[in-house]
Amino acid sequence: MAETILEVKDLVKHYPLTQGVLFKKQVGAVKAVDGVSFGLGRGETLGIVGESGCGKSTVAKMLVHLERPTAGAISYKGEDITKLSGRALKAVRRNIQMVFQDPYTSLNPRMTVGDIIGEPYDIHPEVAPKGDRRRRVQELLDVVGLNPEYINRYPHQFSGGQRQRIGIARGLALRPEVIVADEPVSALDVSVQAQVINLLARLQSEFDLSYVFIAHDLSIVRHISDRVGVMYLGRVVEIGTDTQIYDHPTHPYTQALLSAVPVPDPQARAHRERIILTGDVPSPADPPSGCPFRTRCWKAQQRCADEVPLLAVPQAFSSGPAAHPSACHFAGEIQPPRADSLR
Amino acid sequence: MLLEVRDLHVEFRTRDGVAKAVNGVNYSVDEGETLAVLGESGSGKSVTAQAVMGILDVPPGRIAGGEILFKGRDLLTMKEEERRKVRGADMAMIFQDALSSLNPVLSVGAQLGEMYEVHRGMSRKDAKAKAVELMDRVKIPAARQRVGDYPHQFSGGMRQRIMIAMALALEPSLIIADEPTTALDVTVQAQVMDLLAELRRELNMGLILITHDLGVVADVADKIAVMYAGRIVEAAPVHEIYAAPAHPYTRGLLDSIPRLDQKGQELYAIKGLPPNLLAIPPGCAFNPRCPMARALCRTEVPPLAQVGPDRASACFFWKECLGG
Repeated sequence: MAETILEVKDLVKHYPLTQGVLFKKQVGAVKAVDGVSFGLGRGETLGIVGESGCGKSTVAKMLVHLERPTAGAISYKGEDITKLSGRALKAVRRNIQMVFQDPYTSLNPRMTVGDIIGEPYDIHPEVAPKGDRRRRVQELLDVVGLNPEYINRYPHQFSGGQRQRIGIARGLALRPEVIVADEPVSALDVSVQAQVINLLARLQSEFDLSYVFIAHDLSIVRHISDRVGVMYLGRVVEIGTDTQIYDHPTHPYTQALLSAVPVPDPQARAHRERIILTGDVPSPADPPSGCPFRTRCWKAQQRCADEVPLLAVPQAFSSGPAAHPSACHFAGEIQPPRADSLR
Repeated sequence: MLLEVRDLHVEFRTRDGVAKAVNGVNYSVDEGETLAVLGESGSGKSVTAQAVMGILDVPPGRIAGGEILFKGRDLLTMKEEERRKVRGADMAMIFQDALSSLNPVLSVGAQLGEMYEVHRGMSRKDAKAKAVELMDRVKIPAARQRVGDYPHQFSGGMRQRIMIAMALALEPSLIIADEPTTALDVTVQAQVMDLLAELRRELNMGLILITHDLGVVADVADKIAVMYAGRIVEAAPVHEIYAAPAHPYTRGLLDSIPRLDQKGQELYAIKGLPPNLLAIPPGCAFNPRCPMARALCRTEVPPLAQVGPDRASACFFWKECLGG
């Protein structure tokens, strides 16, 4: 792997649950993120997948410092940024930018496109001197495939796909090294999704960007990611390269998730093996003991309730594509399903 | 034929002019059959369904022409009173967003039971017993204990099951499901789609599934109608359309799905944007985005023409599209 630009270690975010109005007392915590670790190499794309409520968006918010972690460290080029404040924090934040999911609510309707994309320069004036801003913004519009003459238009004059391009241009304004994209295409029409994915891929090679790409669409994540982490109930349950995760999953949750993805091929209907999970994701305020997935897992045994499985390479697979970290006691015994389960 | 939509036109009056949301749509569903209506936002797929159900907002909406034959009777000329008896009892709809479709201040039992009280004249007590039965049928665990719970106490998947239960309550012969799983996670989506398919088989219902997800369609549909700018651009049995699309728009949609052998390459993307319904391009509505467009496409509107035993395509150059 190339030089590690971002490293997350044992990241935890608990939201306190309180009771009482005047004398608040904490009665518990929503364990949104409960010990997440991963690394991101320069120029690499790390995909994060998982169902809603698994904590993937909370991780994204902590990476860009919109939320402060309860515990754990986020290192940017070796420096822990969770403890930073003031000037030092500001300098780091410039380098880690975010692209949001909903292009309808993440752009201020009262600001022109030029003001939206140029606003980061108000906070970081050292990047673009005042006289130079308009030109910079027009360049950015051009880079993301919009007409530079649209600089004085308002967000409502654009379609969803175009708005997402504006959001991307704003993310690029400060020339960051890392972009955290939280479901950047899920609000878009199918025919426009591919355009935005292509744009992100092109920008990555053009500006040597590193991406943390969060999405629930597994085929899109596979297309764009070098490595993929699967999250469940605040934890990473399996992480590896895209082939390791998609073709040789060793965690039962990853297998179930992959098998639930509808395949756009009616021929596959008859001979597909599907694992249909029963029930819902447990509440993160009261997660099950031991393995968080055991309540829905068809492999669960007593040991799963007693012991928390660690995210580690299963001993049975010391080499080969199945040798990647998986948080299951039985990861070594699980037969990876057919390789063509997801196209 | 259970339902036949013939040459349906729907318009919306807006401040900027008349938006032609549906421009001559034809489709049909038989008992026990699943028709998938595929299209992007603004393609008219939901508006067509609303017209069939009779829940179109009028005004600003207006049905400008066409027929909707349900079991041989035209719904559009029916008296509202008669139509109300059909709606809910003989055809029912499942909406995308269960949380905003359910009444937050009534227990789910009361909402399910209401179907029986209104349409069947049952007592409240009998209706509640029926509600428990229904919740069992859509596999909600501990139905008897949960019948008094409110919508917010259920998870997304469970709420969608309640929506399905409500649609099934009076055993309709047609169900229209408008993006029933779009708001759900894949694992829950699989549960809900399975349930819907199972119940459809059991009751031999016709199902119209409105979606933009090509994966879901491949999993459950018998036949597909692809909509673009208020028209059907291609209609075909599910296997044929995936094997060889006969319209460049369908081809573009299928080609833009990421495939394993194309990893790291640029995805195929349909260029441009979906059309503005206030100003649909002359000729074929898809022509500004179409890689095959010629002069003819910019002036003449291609009719939805028969291109095979059960297939139709609204492209002048469908042969080329099938071949290439």
